[in-house]
Amino acid sequence: MKLGRLFAVVRKELIQLGRDRLTFAMIVGIPTLQLLLFGFAINLDVRNLPAAVLDQANTAHSRELVAELASTQVLDFRHTVVAPQEIEDLMRRGEISAAVVIPTDFEARLAHPDRSAWQVVVDGSDQSVQAAARQLGAFPLDSLDYGTNANRPGARPVANVEIVNFYNPERRAPVNTVPGLIGVILTMTMVIFTAMAIVRERERGNMEMLIATPLSPLELTIGKVLPYVAIGLVQVTLILILGLFVFDVPVRGSLLGVYLASLAYICATLALGVFISTLAKSQFQAMQMAFFTFLPQILLSGFMFPFDGMPKFAQWLAEIFPLTHFLRLIRGIMLREAQIGEMWQELAALGAFVVVMLGIAVRRFRKTLD
Amino acid sequence: MPVDEPVIVAQGLTKRFGKLVAVDHLDLSVRRAEVYGFLGPNGSGKSTTIRMLCGLLDPTSGDIEVLGHKLPQEAETVKRSIGYMTQKFSLYEDLSVTENLEFLAAVHGLSGAKARQRLDEMYQRYHLGDLRKQLAGTMSGGQKQRLALAGAVLHEPELLLLDEPTSAVDPQSRRDFWDALFDLAEAGTTLLVSTHYMDEAERCHRLAILDRGRLVANGSPQELMANLPGSTLRVDCAAPRGVQQALTGEAHVLGVAQIGSSLRVLTDRRDDSGDWLRERVRAIDANAHIEHVASNLEDVFVAATRKPTQAAENAA
Repeated sequence: MKLGRLFAVVRKELIQLGRDRLTFAMIVGIPTLQLLLFGFAINLDVRNLPAAVLDQANTAHSRELVAELASTQVLDFRHTVVAPQEIEDLMRRGEISAAVVIPTDFEARLAHPDRSAWQVVVDGSDQSVQAAARQLGAFPLDSLDYGTNANRPGARPVANVEIVNFYNPERRAPVNTVPGLIGVILTMTMVIFTAMAIVRERERGNMEMLIATPLSPLELTIGKVLPYVAIGLVQVTLILILGLFVFDVPVRGSLLGVYLASLAYICATLALGVFISTLAKSQFQAMQMAFFTFLPQILLSGFMFPFDGMPKFAQWLAEIFPLTHFLRLIRGIMLREAQIGEMWQELAALGAFVVVMLGIAVRRFRKTLD
Repeated sequence: MPVDEPVIVAQGLTKRFGKLVAVDHLDLSVRRAEVYGFLGPNGSGKSTTIRMLCGLLDPTSGDIEVLGHKLPQEAETVKRSIGYMTQKFSLYEDLSVTENLEFLAAVHGLSGAKARQRLDEMYQRYHLGDLRKQLAGTMSGGQKQRLALAGAVLHEPELLLLDEPTSAVDPQSRRDFWDALFDLAEAGTTLLVSTHYMDEAERCHRLAILDRGRLVANGSPQELMANLPGSTLRVDCAAPRGVQQALTGEAHVLGVAQIGSSLRVLTDRRDDSGDWLRERVRAIDANAHIEHVASNLEDVFVAATRKPTQAAENAA
């Protein structure tokens, strides 16, 4: 490998990138759009559900309960009603999604831990609303000295569990989503960019001319991929800045750790891109294959669904994906102030992925040129 | 390397793609500083052979020696001393003339003053001076072709392989291009050019005619025409279409081509007097006039590429 030839490729690639406005726009556009879209849309905490309250007890305790529930901001009590029939009407018309019913014998029920003291009526037609409102039944009402539970058929009474939320006390979704989005956005852009950049060379016939020159496939590949490492780091920076200013997501751990982890992950995505480029015959195929690897990573890596809740088989599968390991790294560093050294297994997993992918790609090179 | 030693020697060169035999036991010898032509219809194996000769493809079997080096074992050494101009424009359309040439110079290890000097030479020799800043994708066919040639000879290769270099340009550009090729040959570069234009083939020092992967004739154009195993007759008649139809499929007739109001008939007999043909033709058109004319390279090509079909007919 000669540095002169390597830099010739890097220089050429940078000039071409500068002229390719679409790719250039994608480098900045995709992270920005995705971050805003995901950051606002994937909002796991449901807030300000329109609700009604029917307080038939109307005691000091019951009023305190209503005030406590209102202060969680999960429910927005827009209606105070006097008859159960009104709740049904409001819900059917879609004016409320939930209602709190406090029966006349509220005080008496409080004395019996095995009886439901109060009731949350939920619009079951919306799953996320249902889930959110049901959690309310188990909501720790610390200031009230009693247990509460939702009135569900066959449900066991819930003890007064104190839930202490570490790392994200306000339970804001972006705090979880933004670090994960660094991984998702890098997966999307890096794999597609590299796979397409290399396949483009073949598709447009440049490869045929290049093979007759002393330029080796390795020099060509590394030269083409290097600019994208820099682009990946620019994207990480962009996401961190937007995350901080738009969603108020802090970097609690070391910034160096964040960049080191990102660099390792960028290498993994580029290796995947190079591997795909040895399989794809056209840019379109490269794009399709990139998406094919993209979807399972998003679904199984723990970005969308909690990793521990997945079946064992899915978990084993997910361990293969680089995104799974990067998510652990980046969440650890950004949210839990973990040192990158403490998570060396995740780094090692990414390193192994790079070695295996590039190994296969290099073995396939000669064949693809034939 | 001694001057008289061939630059390219290939023996039993064969390339199979699955069941398809693209190149079939080809023997080839190209001398230093000659312009060697590959003439053949599409799919005759011209491109595949050229690709094997510059190390792009590995042969299925057979031996290749280029510039004294064995291929594909010593491909990397050979690549430093050859230039390859692809059939399709293969420089970067989104780079300017200068950027393309600078990239190629760096790839070939030319740097600093040497690179600048070669670039200036290329601008001047191939009239690219005014186009330096223009993106290659926006240039005309002739301009692209000049740039491609400049890119292929930038590093002063000993051997230049060109795969149908003139397929996308106008006649004037083609003439200029061939002048440039002869300049290179005079300076000592060996050139191997594939083409399907007869006039271009006729300008080569020597040429090989390929058909379905096989070498069916080779030699200088003059030799090939002199040794044509057949005769060419011109038929002037009132109804050339009817005569042509009557003669198609006739034994001894290799090909009939209409040129204006006359027909060129190629027969498979040397020194054919044409008496038998006169009888056949007069049966259709009593006033037809037939005379013996000199054969050209197209006749050689038709005769050479028709052989297998005729052999099959004889066998049947």
